[in-house]
Amino acid sequence: MGNIKVVEGSEAVALAVKACRPHVISAYPISPQTHIVESLARMAADGEIDAEYVRVESEFSAASVLAGAAAAGSRSYTASSSQGLLLMTEVLYASAGMRLPFVITGVNRSISAPINIQVDHQDSMSLRDAGLIQFYVESVQEAYDMHLAAFKIAEDPGIMLPVMVCMDGWVLTHSYERVQFVEQQAVDDFLPPFAPEHYLDPAKPKTWGSYAESDAMMEFKYAIHKAMTAGKPRIQVILDEVSALTGRDNSGLVEAYRTDGAEIILVAIGSVTGTVKDAVDELRDAGKKVGLLKIRCFRPFPHEEIWQAVKDATIIAVMDASFSMGSEGSIGLDLKAKLFGRPQAPMVVDFVAGLGGREINTRTVHRLVARAEEIHRSGEVLPESEWIDLDTTIVS
Amino acid sequence: MKLTKGAVVEGGTSLNYKTGNWRDQRPEIDPEVCNQCGKCREVCPDDAVRQTDDRYEIDYDFCKGCGICAYECKAEAIQILPEEK
Repeated sequence: MGNIKVVEGSEAVALAVKACRPHVISAYPISPQTHIVESLARMAADGEIDAEYVRVESEFSAASVLAGAAAAGSRSYTASSSQGLLLMTEVLYASAGMRLPFVITGVNRSISAPINIQVDHQDSMSLRDAGLIQFYVESVQEAYDMHLAAFKIAEDPGIMLPVMVCMDGWVLTHSYERVQFVEQQAVDDFLPPFAPEHYLDPAKPKTWGSYAESDAMMEFKYAIHKAMTAGKPRIQVILDEVSALTGRDNSGLVEAYRTDGAEIILVAIGSVTGTVKDAVDELRDAGKKVGLLKIRCFRPFPHEEIWQAVKDATIIAVMDASFSMGSEGSIGLDLKAKLFGRPQAPMVVDFVAGLGGREINTRTVHRLVARAEEIHRSGEVLPESEWIDLDTTIVS
Repeated sequence: MKLTKGAVVEGGTSLNYKTGNWRDQRPEIDPEVCNQCGKCREVCPDDAVRQTDDRYEIDYDFCKGCGICAYECKAEAIQILPEEK
């Protein structure tokens, strides 16, 4: 087992990426992603990593460099946030379609307008349909561990898709935590060099993403979906391997916390799950049967694992830090779609909380649980998601 | 035929798609007037002008009939005629 250091979250991610021996890194700076790519740029400049660091004029170009690098058979990496991630969108859809694996750290930050640099999940959630595998992490340690897993999952011959590890901006990227690192030799043993079936070679020219007419487009799109869903067992195996490597259990696509016998199960992603665990402990101490289901892997959506964890509950209270305007919160939408029609499915109440860095503390969780119970008791079917701590007096 | 992952195919497959049938007008080079400057080949967006030993010829498998060659031809050696099928 490797050494333990107290490091900034961004540094931990940079060290995980370093350990994975990328060939190409390309990024454009944006808060709160900046420290990650600054660290990697310094490592490249100082010769600590044997990677080409490509400076670009936009995130669109950064993603394009990665697509080209992956097509050439290079392990490649970028990180971005907020508008930067949105600017990558077109390239990310194309990269998934061309089955080009690379890793992106999605440092979560809200989306303008109005401008705000604090955390919420609107940026990465806006990319959930692109064909990226998405993980959301709770802590700096989990961010480190999941980056080790990310490259192997992306490059798995049965998967071959970009993987995005989402971590909350500032809360995780800029806080210092105790992190246990894995020895380089152990990472090398776990992660073999990237050796794709197809790669760009001037001697044997090939085309990626060649034209598909209406007779094949559906099949190409379905193949991406299938790579995700059929890839779940492979993701599971790789997460198990990483857990064995680190000695920490990050093996589930979901993580159930005190859900045994729970009547109310909170569903959340990202760093807030740490706070929710504390609130669950307090509520359990007060005799309430409450638990938390943390979704670690959001794409592919682990609906079977979720169902197994929540099927005996009465109420599911979803905490969404992103919202599909005109509809519902992102997790709520998926969860309702997958639970609808299941006999005796628990009631799902979708809460929108924490947009633009709005604080969520244990008291927020208490209020949310109380409100979920009240809604359940009244038998009311909510016409829309409920926005927690919304000051309606200032909404114009 | 099974589709490849990522729609990866061998290079040069554009040659299999004869796009000349999109054409509704055709350029014709008059070799008597042509001074073999090569401008038409340079400006053709489809690379559909071929140079042979003694002349320039249009590759009608790929010429879409845009007319740029005729517009650019200083010797006025290229005529645009209606395509008849």
